Amino acid sequence: MQELLRRNPAARAWALIMPSLVFLLVFFVAPLFIVLIYSFLTRGKYGGVVWQFNPENFQRALDPLYFSTFLRSIYIAVVTTLICLVLGYPLAYWITTRPPGQRNLLMLALMIPFWTNFLIRTYAWLTLLRTNTGLINVSLMSLGVIKKPLPLFANDFAIILGLVYGWLPVMVLPIYAALERLDKSLIEAAQDLYATNRHVFLRVIWPLSLPGVVAGSMLVFIPAIGSFVTPAILGGGKSLMIGNIISNQFLAAHDWPFGSALSTLMMLVMLLGTLIYFRSALREGGGV
Amino acid sequence: MSRSLLFVMLVAVVLVAVACAPPPAPAPAPAQPEQPAAAEQPPAAPEVQPASEIVLYNWSEYIDPEIYTQFKELTGIDVLEDNFSSNEEMLAKLQGGASGYALIVPSDYTVAIMIEEGMLHKLDHDNIPNLVNLSERFRNVPYDPGNVYCVPYQWGTTGIGYDSAVIDAPTSWAAIFEPDPNTPWYGRTTMLDDPRESFAAALTYLGYDINTTDEKQLQEAKEVLIRAKPGLSGYDSDTFEDLVASGENVMAHGWNGDFLVAQEDNENVAYVVPEEGGVVWVDNICIPATATPEQKLAAEMFINYLLEPEVGAQLSEYNYYASPNAAAEEILGEEFLGDPTIYPPPEVLEKLQYIEPVGEMESLYQRLWDEVKSS
Repeated sequence: MQELLRRNPAARAWALIMPSLVFLLVFFVAPLFIVLIYSFLTRGKYGGVVWQFNPENFQRALDPLYFSTFLRSIYIAVVTTLICLVLGYPLAYWITTRPPGQRNLLMLALMIPFWTNFLIRTYAWLTLLRTNTGLINVSLMSLGVIKKPLPLFANDFAIILGLVYGWLPVMVLPIYAALERLDKSLIEAAQDLYATNRHVFLRVIWPLSLPGVVAGSMLVFIPAIGSFVTPAILGGGKSLMIGNIISNQFLAAHDWPFGSALSTLMMLVMLLGTLIYFRSALREGGGV
Repeated sequence: MSRSLLFVMLVAVVLVAVACAPPPAPAPAPAQPEQPAAAEQPPAAPEVQPASEIVLYNWSEYIDPEIYTQFKELTGIDVLEDNFSSNEEMLAKLQGGASGYALIVPSDYTVAIMIEEGMLHKLDHDNIPNLVNLSERFRNVPYDPGNVYCVPYQWGTTGIGYDSAVIDAPTSWAAIFEPDPNTPWYGRTTMLDDPRESFAAALTYLGYDINTTDEKQLQEAKEVLIRAKPGLSGYDSDTFEDLVASGENVMAHGWNGDFLVAQEDNENVAYVVPEEGGVVWVDNICIPATATPEQKLAAEMFINYLLEPEVGAQLSEYNYYASPNAAAEEILGEEFLGDPTIYPPPEVLEKLQYIEPVGEMESLYQRLWDEVKSS
């Protein structure tokens, strides 16, 4: 064995990747397959599955109830992604203009929220947003700025706010990475050729940062569409996203096959969206 | 900043994000959950020693933690606790293969389901001599006559809690189901995030059986629940009483004892069963079939300890729920037993109904509940 590893570089490479390969096969690929198989089976009365082929799960998924929740989730995820982009891009750009020492510090500051569990941070938002006892409404009312509490909680506003807060750093990081390695002499060249600031941005900076924008948008969009804790807490449980419906199938309705079918559909949609997005964006951006 | 450092940070962020994301689905269990041979198991051999540590899977804030300390001193056994917030959640976890629990606290209708599914151990009454302390009516509950599988833990009712400093007692479910923007509780009310309980409230308001399997009645109840939604600030089964006590909300659909506990923070919190009626329930302590003989023995010792008169009284004084334990009631005294919120008077009691299993119709309840919540 040792002989083989010493003599054969290919065997060495295989030996090195084997642990991660096995790990991914067992803990990533296998569960996905189980979800896929379950989605074609019949539900057990109180959870579990009965080994009987049943294509109806996918028909049910197209039911207006679940379909409209799906569209709503897409809408919330798109709005979240756009807001993150509008807020995150200038921030990322500004950080690249700082001296290198400051940049590291700023990136570190961006990471600090991740040191606390997302669930706890979401609960902290509750303290701020609650309609009648939340810090924001109480302060504004006692200052006399508003007479009636603002509707800050248990609505789409609260859900999107919570999602933007949670995923903004993930948008900033790849954009920052793309902007930082942008060759500044290209900007100077454009300016030498009498490009206006607007043109410099639209023709040089934006296209070259596009891979970062694409990566950041995917990193925000995917968790946002599947989010589950944020709508449950900040939405007051009053509006469901597809993540809540899926979790309900397992935790409340005891319908694993239907939950699996919804998960499978969601994965397919995201896979398709990712492929289309990457292809079109990379064509425009001229590759990474 | 070097690119590799940035990359490491990005990976770290994604990993943290993934770790924080809720599990998308329970761990896949064996497709055909083998039914543990609960009933056939040979009687525990005399040399079985009780486990030194067991886990109780319970509703939150439902047991005085002091009881664990006392039990540990007495027997040397550690009792750890994990919490759930609905029967459905607990059932789903156990069905999903969670096997670490030696004790669980399901409500009446869920006990019936779990017996049918073979998910519970039969209790060895020799290890629970304190069973004699139970009141007569709790020795023969309809879902488990003779306490073969479970021992009643506490019982209570579902109605409406409210802030008596702001409003008078809501005497009808109309307060929730006919929302009016001019009332002080509009937008400051929660309902339980629990399909069976919330449908029970709507069905009671409509004058129907809360265990109906008539689809037309259920559709009607769904419409009533949707109509109530603009007046609600949310669906909540865990903190509804605290939100009334803090002044965030004025009214909440919930369980009687929880509101009484909240009175410690705000004496104006009160509770009423509306005149149309409400739900009465019994929570029970049982041993899941996945428990080992050692865990089962320790669990039976703990059940027996809970049935001690003093411990039963201690339990009720902590969670403000009525006790099924006649010997404990003697210690609790007149003031506790005479509290109509804890022990509903006969005229209220007769308007209360039990939630019962609805079998295949459960998925319809869940589906209509999804429609309510996503409307």
